[in-house]
Amino acid sequence: MIELRNVHKKFGPHVVLDGVNFSVAAGETVALLGPSGSGKSVLLKHIIGLMRPDSGDVLVEGASVPGLQRKELAALRTKFGYAFQTGALFDSMTVFENIRLGISDDHCYRDLGYCRSRVAECLQLVNLSEDVGRLMPAELSGGMRKRVGIARAIAGSPKYLLYDEPTSGLDPVNADAMDALIEGLQKRLHATSIVVSHDVRGSFKIADRIALLHNGRIRAVGTAEEFMAAKDSVVREFLERDFEFSAPGGR
Amino acid sequence: METPVTTTAELPIAVNAARLVARPVLAGLGHVGRLGMMTLELFRALPEWRAWLPRTLEQCQNVGYGSLFIVVLTAAFSGAVASLQAGYQFTGSIPVYLLGAVISESIILELGPVMTGLLLAGRIGARYAAELGTMRVTEQVDALESLGRNPASHLLLPRVLAGMVMVPALVVAADATGIFAGWLVARSSIHITNADFVYGTQRFFRSFDLWYSVIKAEAFGIVVTLIPCYVGFEAKEGAEGVGRATTAAVVSSCVLLLLLDMLLAKLLL
Repeated sequence: MIELRNVHKKFGPHVVLDGVNFSVAAGETVALLGPSGSGKSVLLKHIIGLMRPDSGDVLVEGASVPGLQRKELAALRTKFGYAFQTGALFDSMTVFENIRLGISDDHCYRDLGYCRSRVAECLQLVNLSEDVGRLMPAELSGGMRKRVGIARAIAGSPKYLLYDEPTSGLDPVNADAMDALIEGLQKRLHATSIVVSHDVRGSFKIADRIALLHNGRIRAVGTAEEFMAAKDSVVREFLERDFEFSAPGGR
Repeated sequence: METPVTTTAELPIAVNAARLVARPVLAGLGHVGRLGMMTLELFRALPEWRAWLPRTLEQCQNVGYGSLFIVVLTAAFSGAVASLQAGYQFTGSIPVYLLGAVISESIILELGPVMTGLLLAGRIGARYAAELGTMRVTEQVDALESLGRNPASHLLLPRVLAGMVMVPALVVAADATGIFAGWLVARSSIHITNADFVYGTQRFFRSFDLWYSVIKAEAFGIVVTLIPCYVGFEAKEGAEGVGRATTAAVVSSCVLLLLLDMLLAKLLL
């Protein structure tokens, strides 16, 4: 279980998180929506300990992430898979080496035979062929980079999956394919997942619950149906803006 | 009722002057503190040898083999110029055999280590700062941490260790090349005999001089790798930030190298 309790974070005078309270139950998929620059990625980085809150607490399986020692934090991170917005692939390594680095068990990491089969399996899970393993990240398209980033995130069989804007920058067809991929992975891996996005339609398809981050706080949380029925003006505005553009004949 | 707002321009001159001084001092202290913490992380990463050892060998090849040609070329020209200038200044005023000592000592004590250090601050320092800065701004460092890997053992320690191992070796190569080039030029331009050159070199040579050259090289090896690694790791704000980090890494490691050169001369000679 992941829980954020009254988390505050600011960069200089700019307040990004202003008392965030948020929890994700084991096995659940939550989509975290919000406009660009609302602090969604910052929130994800707090969960995995890449950022520390100014105040408040982040709990994973009951352990306070900001209070963990270096080795404890490294051990906790092996339970996570983090798919970065741009892929964040190591550009001096091949795709194979990138995904191999995601294998968190050191014994398995040193076993080249295991690594080859695991990398091929992960590539297959994200609908890429084994041959892609020989390519360098610079040779991949934007969509392929995101897929390889996800393959790296799942290589260590994580309990928790964090996706940072998995569909941003993709055309509608590829964005739908990415949503289907995430949905498929959830069914196969049964991981607890948080998907940061500003794509409302896609989030409704893949998430058990939706949360809206607005002005540094969680403005609303609920199932897709509850979200659609919400009366809150900010939620309505966010939903209407997205559906207005996606509806047939919409401007 | 509105509360009056005081702008910085309205503050007394003494307060503004104090702020002007305090800001860079505090920023400097902040850098020293963070550099110290990073150095501590490097020591803590030493037991993770499975991560840093293979990467250190790769970096040794980059630093050592990759820099050998330009280091040897620079040393050869430095030795030749030292020889020509010594001949121009001293011929006729001192015994000619002393030129052997002047040339070899100036190369071993100063020109070899400092020229090599400055060269590597440009070649290796710029490369490390740009590499690590790009990794930082494109979230590759975050990605490494998110995988439970330690950036100190995977990225920083291999680079610093490669500098500590390869820079002294390069300086020894530079010393030997510089003396050889100096001797060749002295023979043809000052017409010094081999016997005079060897006599002069041996007369004033102390084995400590070579140790001094290697100690300086070791210190320079740390400076030209550690500072760029730190500056690159601190890079922010995209391509412009990486550019700024690269420039800052080269300038700061060159300045620190020259300060260290003076400090070591004062302490060890």
